[in-house]
Amino acid sequence: MGTEASSNEWPLWEVFVRSRAGLDHKHCGSLHAADAKMAVQLAREVYTRRQEGSSIWVVRSDQIVASDPGDKDMFFDPMEDKVYRHPTFYKLPPDVDHM
Amino acid sequence: MQAGSNAIIHEPAVEYLLRLGDTTLILGQRLGEWCGHAPVLEEDIALTNMALDLIGQTRALLTHAGQLAARQGQPTLSEDQLAFLRDERDYRNLTLVELPRGDFAFTVLRNLMVSTWLKLHWERLAASSDAELAGIAGKALKEARYHQEHAADWLLRLAGGTDESRRRVEAALAELWRYVPEMFEADAVDAAAAGSALGPSRAELREPWEAEMAAVFAEADLTPPAPSRFRSTSTQGVHTEHMGYILAEMQHLQRSFPGGVW
Repeated sequence: MGTEASSNEWPLWEVFVRSRAGLDHKHCGSLHAADAKMAVQLAREVYTRRQEGSSIWVVRSDQIVASDPGDKDMFFDPMEDKVYRHPTFYKLPPDVDHM
Repeated sequence: MQAGSNAIIHEPAVEYLLRLGDTTLILGQRLGEWCGHAPVLEEDIALTNMALDLIGQTRALLTHAGQLAARQGQPTLSEDQLAFLRDERDYRNLTLVELPRGDFAFTVLRNLMVSTWLKLHWERLAASSDAELAGIAGKALKEARYHQEHAADWLLRLAGGTDESRRRVEAALAELWRYVPEMFEADAVDAAAAGSALGPSRAELREPWEAEMAAVFAEADLTPPAPSRFRSTSTQGVHTEHMGYILAEMQHLQRSFPGGVW
């Protein structure tokens, strides 16, 4: 944010699009826009041209807090041998979708 | 008439449709000129999306105009034959839309003026006595509402932006305002359309158009010039010098490869 005053670039926004009611918003890309309203409009133009969407979220990229790639081992590897945490031991009825 | 050109009979209902369809056609072509030239990539896509909306409306309107003319005993002319093989004097668009692309402020202001005008048409045409036209209007209305909002948002940003953007908006306003009277000058075609409930006379649209424009101008702190005494005449088929050039570009392919399709 602090560096923007010296830059002519519009801030970057991350775009999340929900394709249908009931599904999750999925990250689909990013774009530059001057403010939130413009970001939503431009997301509509850039990412929903082929009927991909029924709802859009945008968030300033610099507002996203991400895990440190250097922590990857510590964060994620311990889950490798805990197969019992997966619900794959249950049989789902065939008409339960999107579980 | 040029060899290979299509004249269309100018029966009032056909004429009414051409006035709309040629306006969306030529504005769509002008907006398409921004492809690869807009200030930012995202806006480039936005402008060409809108151009494609307008071309889609044009296709429906010109197809329908061709069918109406055929019912009057004329051979059926397709959308392509009407869009690409008429001579200049047979086009009925507003003068406003044939003016060169201009800068971004000019494009934004013109889009606001025309999309508001079209939106007011579509709102009323959704109740047209012509079911086909009512259907076209129902779909186009959603597009026009978005085009209007997009243009109004940009006008506010530019008018309240830098000295440079403000100067450009004011220059565009001074340039474009003289073409407003034509947008609302009604004649026998309008009277026939209003009489048969085909659609509104353009004279009816003046007040709501001025009110919607005034609301945006108030927010942008802009004052339009006094009404012009100049009367542009493209609606009557008498065009500016810019029309021949845009037609040459649009028509080149169909005239070189008659009947060519995708």
